[in-house]
Amino acid sequence: MSLITPDFGLLFWMAVVFLIVLGILWRFGFPVIVKMVNDRKDYIDDSLRKAHEANERLANIKIESESILQEAREKQALILKEAATTRDAIVEKAQDKAREESNRLIAEAKAEIEAQKQAAISDIRAQVAELSVKVAEKILRKELGDSGKQMDLIDRLLDEVSSSDKKQ
Amino acid sequence: MRYFRHLLCVVAFMFACISANAVGHGTDENGSIDLQGILFGHIQDSYEWHITTVNGHPVVLHLPVIVKSSTGWHVFSSGEFSEEADAAGNRPGPYGLYISGSEANANKICEKVDGAEVRPFDISITKTVAVLFIDAILLLLCVLIPARWCKRHRPEDPAPKGFTGLMTMFIMYIYDEVIKASLGKEADKYAPYLLTCFFFIFIANIMGVVPFPPGGGNLTGNITCTFFLALCTFIITNVTGTKAYWKDIFWPEVPTWLKVPVPLMPFIEFFSIFTKPLALMIRLFANMMAGHAIALSLSCIIFIMFGINAVAGASMTVVSVLMSVFMMLLEVLVCFIQALVFTMLSAVFFSLAHVHGHAVKE
Repeated sequence: MSLITPDFGLLFWMAVVFLIVLGILWRFGFPVIVKMVNDRKDYIDDSLRKAHEANERLANIKIESESILQEAREKQALILKEAATTRDAIVEKAQDKAREESNRLIAEAKAEIEAQKQAAISDIRAQVAELSVKVAEKILRKELGDSGKQMDLIDRLLDEVSSSDKKQ
Repeated sequence: MRYFRHLLCVVAFMFACISANAVGHGTDENGSIDLQGILFGHIQDSYEWHITTVNGHPVVLHLPVIVKSSTGWHVFSSGEFSEEADAAGNRPGPYGLYISGSEANANKICEKVDGAEVRPFDISITKTVAVLFIDAILLLLCVLIPARWCKRHRPEDPAPKGFTGLMTMFIMYIYDEVIKASLGKEADKYAPYLLTCFFFIFIANIMGVVPFPPGGGNLTGNITCTFFLALCTFIITNVTGTKAYWKDIFWPEVPTWLKVPVPLMPFIEFFSIFTKPLALMIRLFANMMAGHAIALSLSCIIFIMFGINAVAGASMTVVSVLMSVFMMLLEVLVCFIQALVFTMLSAVFFSLAHVHGHAVKE
């Protein structure tokens, strides 16, 4: 039966066509596609791995940055604290200095005032003495205008001197 | 749902074409349906491509005849053979050649040499050969277009879209699930052959389901085609077979009495070398031929029933259309499955021929 007997003409063409097609596809067809797809697969796997790594690194960086931030905050607090103490110290020192200075100034002023006072007192004393001498002179001159009185005075003085001598 | 409707339209159209085709050359002189004529007319090879019949005139594509007869090489159109058969059932043509009507060489070009009917050396472009060319061109396009894309792009480019994407996915499915699964590390060595086999068979099958040119031929349902493919698998299996493979055939590890006085097991093993590709050949051929036969039979039921009476014909039409739609869908599935089975079994045969002793196997 011709249904199940191979026909030579068709077999010939089948062989020719199939082998040519096989040759072309072997050379230019399937290996190219398979290689491309496998390369793509590798590339995608690689990219996924890289992305994963990058993600991990990013997470690390986040943690790191947070820790850095925390540290910075702590440092900031510390610096602020230090600054506050320093400020306090400076203010204290300045106050001390100011107090000392004012004390010193007051003391100096007091001493000056004392000195001025002493000078003024001695001045006044000198003037008082001069004035009293002058007054005494004037009184004497008036009292001793005539020679009798002068004589009385001399006598009295002499008496006085002699009495004092006697007492000795 | 929308897609389903489209599909239904397509299938109905295919069906209508088959019906037109079938009824065109199916009626014999007394008006009844010549079912066998229709079936064999479609399934078997012919020198012209009968497309349809319009108003009693057959629309035929005459294909070139290439023969080397006793009078030398002849190339001419098959249209030069007369339409009417002579008394002996032969259709005479030029150069003393005729298309035989005899039992032994039915519908083949023959010539009379010394009164005996002999077949010349015949490499005509028959309908099946034409279909083979069309399928081969389609196959080349289907593979070389994606291959060209792959050549022009680097792995880091965006993924291909459309046809290239589809073909890449399809090829890689076969490569990973069938070839790599059976052959493992050896896959790349055999992959081009197996992939070519798969897509050749698949395209030929699908084109066979399409009921009008350029489809409609019966390439994989022709035993010559499956014979050649099975022969290729047979040759590759045995040529690349390892020493362990041949040892397993001629000196298998079975009790000695099974092989020494009477080489029972070696005989069975040796026989299996031939039965394996034979099974490949018959399976593909029978499946595809049966598919064509069923599709045609279901269409012919309509005309047979109309021959009985109009009511039977009308009611049978509905049943037949439904059955044809179902068979058509099933046939598309069978197209894929048969191509897959052929490829998978070929891959398994290759891997069986590639044993490296039993230590490696475990």
